[in-house]
Amino acid sequence: MTTAEKTATQSEEVLEQVLTVNFGPQHPSTHGVLRVVARIRGEYLQDAEPDLGYLHRCFEKIAEGWTYPQIVPLTDRLDYLAAITNEWAYVLAVEKLLGLQVPERAEYIRVIVGELQRILSHLLWMGAYALDLGATTPFLYVFQERERLYDLMQLVTGARMTYNYLRIGGVKRDLPPEFFPLLEKALDNVLKVADEYQALVLENVIFQARTKGIGVLPPDLARQYAISGPMLRGSGVAWDLRRSEPYSVYDRFDFAVPTGQNGDCYDRAVCRVEEIRQSARIIRQAVAGLPAGEVRAKVPAAIRPPAGEVYTAIESPRGELGVYLVSDGGPQPYRLKWRAPSFVNLQVLPEIARGAKVADFIAILGSIDIILGEVDR
Amino acid sequence: MSKPLLELLIAGIKFALVLGFVSVNALFLIWLERKVSARIQNRMGPIYVGRPQGWLQTAADALKLLTKEDIIPAGADRLTFVVAPAVLFTSAVLLFVVIPFGPGLIVRDLKLGVAYAAAVSGLAVISLVMAGWGSNNKYSLVGALRSASQMISYEVSLILAMLSVVILAGSLSTVEIVEAQSRIWFIALQPLGFLIYFIALLAELNRAPFDLPEAESELVAGYNTEYSGMRWAIFFLAEYANLFAGSALAVTLFLGGWQGPWLPPVVWFFLKTFLVIVVAMWLRWTLPRVRPDQLTSLGWKLLLPAALVNLGVTGFLVLAG
Repeated sequence: MTTAEKTATQSEEVLEQVLTVNFGPQHPSTHGVLRVVARIRGEYLQDAEPDLGYLHRCFEKIAEGWTYPQIVPLTDRLDYLAAITNEWAYVLAVEKLLGLQVPERAEYIRVIVGELQRILSHLLWMGAYALDLGATTPFLYVFQERERLYDLMQLVTGARMTYNYLRIGGVKRDLPPEFFPLLEKALDNVLKVADEYQALVLENVIFQARTKGIGVLPPDLARQYAISGPMLRGSGVAWDLRRSEPYSVYDRFDFAVPTGQNGDCYDRAVCRVEEIRQSARIIRQAVAGLPAGEVRAKVPAAIRPPAGEVYTAIESPRGELGVYLVSDGGPQPYRLKWRAPSFVNLQVLPEIARGAKVADFIAILGSIDIILGEVDR
Repeated sequence: MSKPLLELLIAGIKFALVLGFVSVNALFLIWLERKVSARIQNRMGPIYVGRPQGWLQTAADALKLLTKEDIIPAGADRLTFVVAPAVLFTSAVLLFVVIPFGPGLIVRDLKLGVAYAAAVSGLAVISLVMAGWGSNNKYSLVGALRSASQMISYEVSLILAMLSVVILAGSLSTVEIVEAQSRIWFIALQPLGFLIYFIALLAELNRAPFDLPEAESELVAGYNTEYSGMRWAIFFLAEYANLFAGSALAVTLFLGGWQGPWLPPVVWFFLKTFLVIVVAMWLRWTLPRVRPDQLTSLGWKLLLPAALVNLGVTGFLVLAG
């Protein structure tokens, strides 16, 4: 063997070598404290295994020791970008267990704040995803919009992220009158930002080259993994709990369920941006049809649901957020199981990331839209 | 004083001037980048240190970095690790030798100025690979290899674009190239050449949308992951020195150098150079990042053939008169 040949085989060996690289738990692209053990060969990913548990706070176990109303603020800390939908899923389960009728005005208010929450969450995702792909600027623009919406949420709930606004049997308090004109303006701004994002990011050639055909999730694989939310709709399955199994008063609103065709990162992005527009539509309808009346049902001071079990699910910004609640008749739940959409959606990561390039892996992970507070609970 | 000693002294003064200019200018460019990005992102940028526009911010940052602990990772190849930033900075400074800031305002008007610039800018890649290898860190290594492949891919197109200008001017000297543009700037005769040069320059400088070696969401910080303190600052300064040199070369080759009406030549030169720099900054804060394989295929499959055709057509037209 000549020297040149020897060098060639040596460098080939280096190329063949599989490097094990950690993405996280402290890494700029992991959106929290996710650790992914990636095995890369050159620029290609052989395997990517998520390693969870860095943010585990024993939520489900703690809930077993607390009374029913006490758990509401606790749920805020799970998916911290969508605190309202967490509270909603939980109070819905307790109300179902109690057989409680929630006043209609409260239901409408829940829809309004819940959809605002969805817009807030999707806005952040838009910024963070552009950031993942190397575009820094959209992040700051969506934060500006989020700031205005957070001011609105503060006006209604008194808090900016962990609201503790929903109550078993209704909401904490009525919407203040100055909320409505501000909401109208904020929604106009949000729609403008969505259009801007569509024109400047989604239609950008580089963005499309980075996301089209990347991380394709076929619909049958998505069903096998019980994927839900924009992740599933991006794959072309029109499954939205607000439409498929309407809870609250969602059956009264006219809105579309956006779906993609190819199930790639691009379709998921398009779905999320379109959902912002649909959420704005729902909010406008809810404000127009807001009935008068109480915002809280009469609930006994000590809540002791009859023994039994119940499962409720709502459409959180990330997918099907399910609560499985078992009561033994006492003041505390016997068992509370949280079906976190991020957790379920994350399971499919190794399947769709296998064989991808390292840079694509970031695009794929970002497109799942995980929130570690919810994944680990 | 004897003649050789005097010449040595003059050379020393010139060198000090270039070094001072390069450093101060790099600090200024970092401040400018922060201001430009802030304006693009609807922010204020630095405003407190050096009111009203925070113009002392980068100087303060540099001082702070000087006082930081000097960390060399335990597993690092010490010599390579220590020398790498110096190599990058040297290659940046060497480029300034052939940049004509104005008539007579050039460190040395080499007959092979353009060839020299191409050769010296090729040194930068060595430094990045040294940094990546010396750090003994996987992120650094992948980042360094990425930048190596990127620079090699684009170096060729860059030089071919330069060559088409050389054919037009009939000289490799940067001063003569500028003088050849007294009637018409070469950007008018070489629009494609300028475009190729600019794109290849962005890739060569590792700037967005080609800033893969520093893809922070993937590789932490690329080849300079393990660097901190002043060594890191030198990388940073060298990057901006290279940005200035590359833009100045673009001005020299395509935008008529120091030439322009009314204003003094030096002012024209700086105006044009900063225009090119601001455009590069504007792109950086607007575009997402391309993928490594997309980058190389763009370089080899699109830019290189275009540059070759451009060169061929230019040569033919010059020959045909």
